[in-house]
Amino acid sequence: MHISINPWVWLGVFFTFSVLSFLYKDNPFYKLAEHVTVGVSIGYGMVIIWHNALIPRFYMPVFQEGKLILIIPAILGLMMILRIVPKYSWLSRYAICFSVGGGAGLAIPRSMQASVLRQLEATMLDLGFTTTQGINNIVIFVGVLAVLIYFFFSKEHKGVFGGIAKLGIWFLMVGFGATFGYTVMARLSLFIGRVLFVLQDFLGINLAG
Amino acid sequence: MLWKKQIPLAITFIMGLILGIQYFVPSSTSDWVFDEYRTWGIIIGLFGSVLAYISFYRAHGMRIKKKAPAWPFSVVAIAMSLAMAFVGFAFGREENTVFMNMYTYILVPIEGTMFSLLAFYISSAAYRAFRARSAQATALLVAAVIVMLGRVPLGEQISFWHKLWPALPTFTDIANWILNVPNMAAKRGMGLGIGLGIMMLSLKIVLGIERSYMGSGE
Amino acid sequence: MAEDARKKTFWERLIQIDRRVIYLIIALAMILPFFFQMGLPIPVTKEVKDIYDHIEALTPNDVVILSADFDPSVSPELLPMFDALFRHCLKKDVKTIAMSLYIQGPGLIAPIIQEAAKDYQKVNGVDYVFMPWIYGYTLVVMDMMEDLKATFPTDYYGTRIEDIPIVKKIENYEDYDLIVCFTGSSSYAWWLLYAHEPYGVPMATGVTAVSAADIYPYIQSGQYIGMLGGLKGAAEYETLINEKRMATMGMEAQNWAHIVIILFIIIGNIGYMAIARKK
Repeated sequence: MHISINPWVWLGVFFTFSVLSFLYKDNPFYKLAEHVTVGVSIGYGMVIIWHNALIPRFYMPVFQEGKLILIIPAILGLMMILRIVPKYSWLSRYAICFSVGGGAGLAIPRSMQASVLRQLEATMLDLGFTTTQGINNIVIFVGVLAVLIYFFFSKEHKGVFGGIAKLGIWFLMVGFGATFGYTVMARLSLFIGRVLFVLQDFLGINLAG
Repeated sequence: MLWKKQIPLAITFIMGLILGIQYFVPSSTSDWVFDEYRTWGIIIGLFGSVLAYISFYRAHGMRIKKKAPAWPFSVVAIAMSLAMAFVGFAFGREENTVFMNMYTYILVPIEGTMFSLLAFYISSAAYRAFRARSAQATALLVAAVIVMLGRVPLGEQISFWHKLWPALPTFTDIANWILNVPNMAAKRGMGLGIGLGIMMLSLKIVLGIERSYMGSGE
Repeated sequence: MAEDARKKTFWERLIQIDRRVIYLIIALAMILPFFFQMGLPIPVTKEVKDIYDHIEALTPNDVVILSADFDPSVSPELLPMFDALFRHCLKKDVKTIAMSLYIQGPGLIAPIIQEAAKDYQKVNGVDYVFMPWIYGYTLVVMDMMEDLKATFPTDYYGTRIEDIPIVKKIENYEDYDLIVCFTGSSSYAWWLLYAHEPYGVPMATGVTAVSAADIYPYIQSGQYIGMLGGLKGAAEYETLINEKRMATMGMEAQNWAHIVIILFIIIGNIGYMAIARKK
């Protein structure tokens, strides 16, 4: 065990425990960490946007390569700031409509292809009772159909239709259970990451051996 | 009205139409529109992001001015943002600079630890709220426990029946079946709904039926 | 009042235990296993093996994009995945483009890239290239499918793109052989919608365990080659490349913490049933 002498590591450990102290109860150390991270991420964003985006994607093309047309989207972007001035907030709509309209146009065919058609195609499976895969395919086909029927609210969930919708709930419950089971691992991993930081980087414990 | 509503809606419609068609009609003209949209979109977004920074300083500035509860923390937030920006612009952002150390030893630990609190909350929820109140809730619970056991190496080890009779599946095998068959069917059903939802919403935006993104006012 | 005065039963007291006791137990279950490691074998799932096999089949002229689309909040899960795949790519000598669509992503992967490059004696710009963050999210995805050099005027270290040897022969989607996006959000869908579907570039993903169960429909449909789900996925990949690193270490703690949470569920439910029966 070799405790780190790097003051930055000590600072990292201080903030780690400041945030963890929230588990006991809300306190000024937690609040301090909360506001420090907001401030630091804002400052980080300003520097990175300046160096990695504004200079190479705007300054260089406009002022070194003479692509003056790019001043128009820059003005449109700046018009978005008028969102906070009630009298002129409508001017921000030009940039928003350009981006949202284009984004929606791009999304329609791609979403149709990736999330609907390809998924429907993959549900057209070889059904059968003689092989395990065939039986699994039946379960998949019935499950997809039942879940879709459960989400179809234009017809009352009664009779056979209601029975299939109820089957859909069972499939959804198993699906949610699977998500919960996996989520436990996700949440634990985040704390394990912090434990590794304290044990390895701060306390200098060699865990690999 | 024309300048405030009709023209912006016309821009949405024209952009949506052109870029929607571009996917199906690859030509030099549609490719040119696609190229320009990407370039313009990035620059609009870049300059538009200034709004986020103005909002940050405005919100915290107001808190300080009004002496709102815990206002000194707003001073900390503003001071830290200016300090981070200063060290980044003044001393560079290469490895081992103050800028990168502040990122690695302040931003990363705080953000990482904040989300790690969820490990404790999910444990508490498992103890207090995860109940087999009905048959369907039991199905959820059983699926969750099997997936949990099937995802950790210990699950394979404690499947003692598999050692006695190898034809029987281990927790890992059962978890894999749950994930690949009933879970997959459920998620596909939901995914189809989401996919159709995205399409419908996009279509409503392009046609000017959905206008909430434009904000309130005239 | 009378309710409060009534003596609580064993199960009632157990169910209403202070939440901080639960926190302490789960914290110990995650810390102690690091000191008492069991070294259990990690079974490899098909979803992970398929990604490994795809990269194994690539040749040194092939190009792999590894996009670390996450921030520090989920990095304990996703960084080990990025680390394992980046190391595999370096080992296989494939041309690797490391990047991030998230502003805080490059800062997280920079030390991982440097360490791996040092271990495998590889050079930035020659064996791999590390791209900076560029504003635009989906626009960046589409941009780099059309023209890589126009998307990134420089690499992460500021070298002009035309001076980087590895990208000289990489133009657009026709040159990409695999995209792997690591994400804790919906960016796997961005790559799917804007890179895989329109351009047909093979794709895989590494996601946080929260999203893992949602990915299976896209694996079954063949839209993704495979998936790494959470820390377990990363540990499986470390097993495949035979380098036991961060994720394998973390799985020791996962073992016991999972058992403790399952015990919590069982005790909670027994208590719930005992109280319900009494009422």
